[in-house]
Amino acid sequence: MSAIVDFFGIAVIIAVVKVVITFAALLGTTIVVVWFERKVIADMQARIGPSRWGPFGLFQTLADGIKLFFKEDFRPQTADKWTYAIAPVAAMVPALLGFAVIPVGDEVTFGDTTVGLVMSDLNVGILYFLAMGSLGVYGIVLAGWASGSKYPLLGSIRSTAQLISYETAMGLSLVPIALVAGSLSTVDIVTAQAGSVGRVTFFDGIPVLEQISAIFRFIPNWYIWSQWPAFVIFFIAGVAETNRAPFDLPEAESELVAGYLTEYAGIRYALFFLGEYVHVVVISAMAVTLFFGGWDGPTFSFLSWLWPVIWFMIKTVAFIYLFIWFRASLPRLRYDRLMWLGWKRLIPAALVWIMVTAVVNTAGVARGVRLGVFIGLFVVVMIFIARGDPRQLKPVSPQSQGRATRGVA
Amino acid sequence: MTIGTLVFGVAFIVALGSAIAMLFARNAVHVALFLVAAQVALALTFLLQGAFFVAAVQIIIYAGAIMVLFLFVVMLLGVDRSEALVEPLPFQRPLALGLGALLAAGILYLAVAGIDAASTITGDGSGALLALNRDPGNVLALARVLFSRYLLPFEATSALLVAAIVGVMVLARRVGSISAVAPRISPAEEREVA
Repeated sequence: MSAIVDFFGIAVIIAVVKVVITFAALLGTTIVVVWFERKVIADMQARIGPSRWGPFGLFQTLADGIKLFFKEDFRPQTADKWTYAIAPVAAMVPALLGFAVIPVGDEVTFGDTTVGLVMSDLNVGILYFLAMGSLGVYGIVLAGWASGSKYPLLGSIRSTAQLISYETAMGLSLVPIALVAGSLSTVDIVTAQAGSVGRVTFFDGIPVLEQISAIFRFIPNWYIWSQWPAFVIFFIAGVAETNRAPFDLPEAESELVAGYLTEYAGIRYALFFLGEYVHVVVISAMAVTLFFGGWDGPTFSFLSWLWPVIWFMIKTVAFIYLFIWFRASLPRLRYDRLMWLGWKRLIPAALVWIMVTAVVNTAGVARGVRLGVFIGLFVVVMIFIARGDPRQLKPVSPQSQGRATRGVA
Repeated sequence: MTIGTLVFGVAFIVALGSAIAMLFARNAVHVALFLVAAQVALALTFLLQGAFFVAAVQIIIYAGAIMVLFLFVVMLLGVDRSEALVEPLPFQRPLALGLGALLAAGILYLAVAGIDAASTITGDGSGALLALNRDPGNVLALARVLFSRYLLPFEATSALLVAAIVGVMVLARRVGSISAVAPRISPAEEREVA
């Protein structure tokens, strides 16, 4: 053992242990999340959901996994052999890798070594997360093409366009966070959100409001307060990137059978499934990290290292619930509406919001005024977003081509 | 042998191997995939030099965006499984050979002579690149250079790109054609048109 430690060094050993624990925890979480989703959706639709195997049907996912594992590994004759085999792995690995920059807790000290509860504190953490997100497209694109059949190809073409559009919006929505935190590292961003909003000097001298403003001392200093437009854009783009309802056009079971998944069965199908749910967990965890203070929360002296981890998990589960809620309540977007939302609303809104944040951040005005400016300018942004709707756009019909008055309003 | 050497070895083999495989692959999608593998391996070598920012951008822009667009176009046009090997332009191959040799010579010259490119920034000798990536960090160092010394070329490049995009949109736009607006026609309007 000591020979191994001597050869690799303690840092490498710690890294390997972290990787193994994170990998196991993510896969375990996925199994629970699938069960959680089925139960929550069943509850929303007044059904019982899985209930046969284990307490509350908790082992149902496990049983499904075993079933998928033992199914025949089927490959269509028209499929491209190697690409068909690589695609499920290409879908799952980037999703898993994305979790590497997410801090799940504060630093822990064992003896004389201090270990941060994050796999890797890269100084470009946000960019790494975006990079893994953009690599995740390949799994779906390749699966669709390699299957050698029509519906999967249609699904993967849809997916390509969708993911490129929403990735741009997601990248732009993270720029304001980097501006405010002054860093691209996820650990720095979480640290910057520690503490409370603090005393608001804006209401000083006004009798009643001054006392009421004391309440701000209990509000945590999370970026969600000042950066919630960025959060809205980030989360919409995040849902689109996981290909889940209402953005599940690539698999749209009512139009494309199951899109890129049509020709997949058994363990390969299970890998896609796993990749999607890991992606949901990663997007939720990233939303928590960037906008909701990460592991920030009240800690107690008893097992003080564990509380941040618990806070992080509670917040993440709340966002996973939101994902499931979306699926239960929102219908699938039409394709042109999807493109309209991505290119004409989310991206311009994100660009305007970057400018607003940059101006306010550089001006260095007092906190209260800053808040006021944020809200005022956001109203302008909202007016900009709300202006116009595709239903009001008049198509150019063949009869009207000669007239200049009709057309895009 | 350190871990760094090991990672470099793997990245080197993958980058070179997939670049060569890319040249010989017959299928357009396979070509794109090998290119992606080469780019990811290159990103790894950037990581080894402490250039985290460049590595991340390499993956986001090249592997993540440009190659996906390539694949999109390839799939949209429909790939033929086999490629015609007859060269329609007779001068293309010798020209490519000559230009390729020129490019290789240029890269070789840069690799030998311009190894301490960072010294133009810091004024130090060789090895300054790694030190620069460590001390102010890759993001800061790059931002300082990009937004101070090279601000004008940087902005000129972005203006050029915007102009190119606008130009493409102007050229690709077909005024008054049905196909450009077809998705917007709702069922009610369709009936009206019919």
